[in-house]
Amino acid sequence: MAAEVLDARRAAPAARAALDPLLSLRGIVFRPAERTILDHVDFDWDGAGVCALVGPNGAGKTVLLRTIHGLLAPHEGDVRFEGRSRPAGDLAFAGQALVFQHSSMFRGSALDNLLVVPGIGASGRERRECALAMLERVGLRELAQAPALKLSGGERQRLAIARAWLMRPRLLLLDEPTASLDPSATEQVEELIREIHDDGCRVLLTSHNLGQVSRLADEVVFLHRGRVLERTPVSAFFANPRTREARQFLQGALPWHLSSPP
Amino acid sequence: MFDVSIEELIRSFEGDVLAIVALSLRVSLSAVAIAAVIGMPLGAFVAVVRFPGRSIAVTLLNAMMGLPAVLVGLVVYLSLSRSGPLGGFGLLFTPAAMIVAQAVLTTPLVAALTRQTVEDAWRQHGETLRSLRLPLASRVRVLLWDCRFSVAAAFLAGLGRAMSEVGTVMIVGGNIDGFTRVMTTAIALETSKGDLPLAVALGIVLMALVLALNALVSTVRGVAMRRHGG
Repeated sequence: MAAEVLDARRAAPAARAALDPLLSLRGIVFRPAERTILDHVDFDWDGAGVCALVGPNGAGKTVLLRTIHGLLAPHEGDVRFEGRSRPAGDLAFAGQALVFQHSSMFRGSALDNLLVVPGIGASGRERRECALAMLERVGLRELAQAPALKLSGGERQRLAIARAWLMRPRLLLLDEPTASLDPSATEQVEELIREIHDDGCRVLLTSHNLGQVSRLADEVVFLHRGRVLERTPVSAFFANPRTREARQFLQGALPWHLSSPP
Repeated sequence: MFDVSIEELIRSFEGDVLAIVALSLRVSLSAVAIAAVIGMPLGAFVAVVRFPGRSIAVTLLNAMMGLPAVLVGLVVYLSLSRSGPLGGFGLLFTPAAMIVAQAVLTTPLVAALTRQTVEDAWRQHGETLRSLRLPLASRVRVLLWDCRFSVAAAFLAGLGRAMSEVGTVMIVGGNIDGFTRVMTTAIALETSKGDLPLAVALGIVLMALVLALNALVSTVRGVAMRRHGG
């Protein structure tokens, strides 16, 4: 029963125009307090493969991810997801889920933290079954009753991914999904991301971990000072970056950038 | 300075004292329960929703925490008096009138403290709740549940104010012996009559109740924090 509910939630809206790309960004400018974070970003993505946003600190990756999700309203430009504009009010786009770099957990058990996801079942029992099945999928079934705030970093991140996955998104956004995790926890999270992608969900992530980008991503979007400088298949990005900034970034020589260009 | 012996104190606990304590608890707990039902969702709503004039609403809410008790008593008295808009209910000089007055007094306190607590939680969880596409009512429910141990302190603060309040209940209750006499009004009366043993006995009970409630909430909160972390 729970699986049927999840399958029904997975179905893309029938009204989605066939020609619309999954994601379309046009002239996105985000400029709070006269500081330009995103500078006329154009980006169409049909959702094939896993896409990684990379760039130095302050390049605008996290802001771009939040803008794509609908949490931030751009000062200029238009974001479209499956042909739809940013929703009215303060809600994020339907059909997307975002795993934050520092996911907030509610004061309750791991199971409680999944039960906050709306629309996962008609009855309390169904909701619980659905949430427990998801905990099983991410390897946290035995920690269902453990306090979420006492889980380890890796367990918390898997719980955050479970919460996002439970929404049955058609696009999953991940902001630095393995920042500050040890290699073992990183491997578990990467395995989960592959599984989610294999399950038919499109994945767009940011990462500073270039090894991870090479392992997970099919395509790389290189951001620098709020601009998309390069968009290329992952192998080409590492083998032959086209821009000087990307070459410097890969060599670790690109200075951290925190202010807008003159 | 005070000529009060232990025997006199113990004797004072007999008779009407238990009835006075029971009525005090019934009135104050009922009033704070009403204040919680109204004030907690109201405080959470103001914390979560951005609307025009919100900062004025927050300022008003904070200012009303210090609402003068006597003024509340007067307004409730005028409302419940025979010629007042609610005079038809015949509540004046009844425990129900005291409950209404104390609820009016404590609702802003509970709402303001809840608003502060929930606003802090909103800063922490707001983006997650928006990302989860939770509607307003669900956001309020989740945040109140997340801050339940801190919100309990708001409830306790309201109870403390209600139990220690004297002016309002004196005005709308009338301090009628065996009917609307509560601990604070009895203490005031017995002190003015010079019956210090009874006044001191009631004072001890009042203090013990406040301390016991605080200890209970602190214990529950400590245990819950150790269990849930954070």
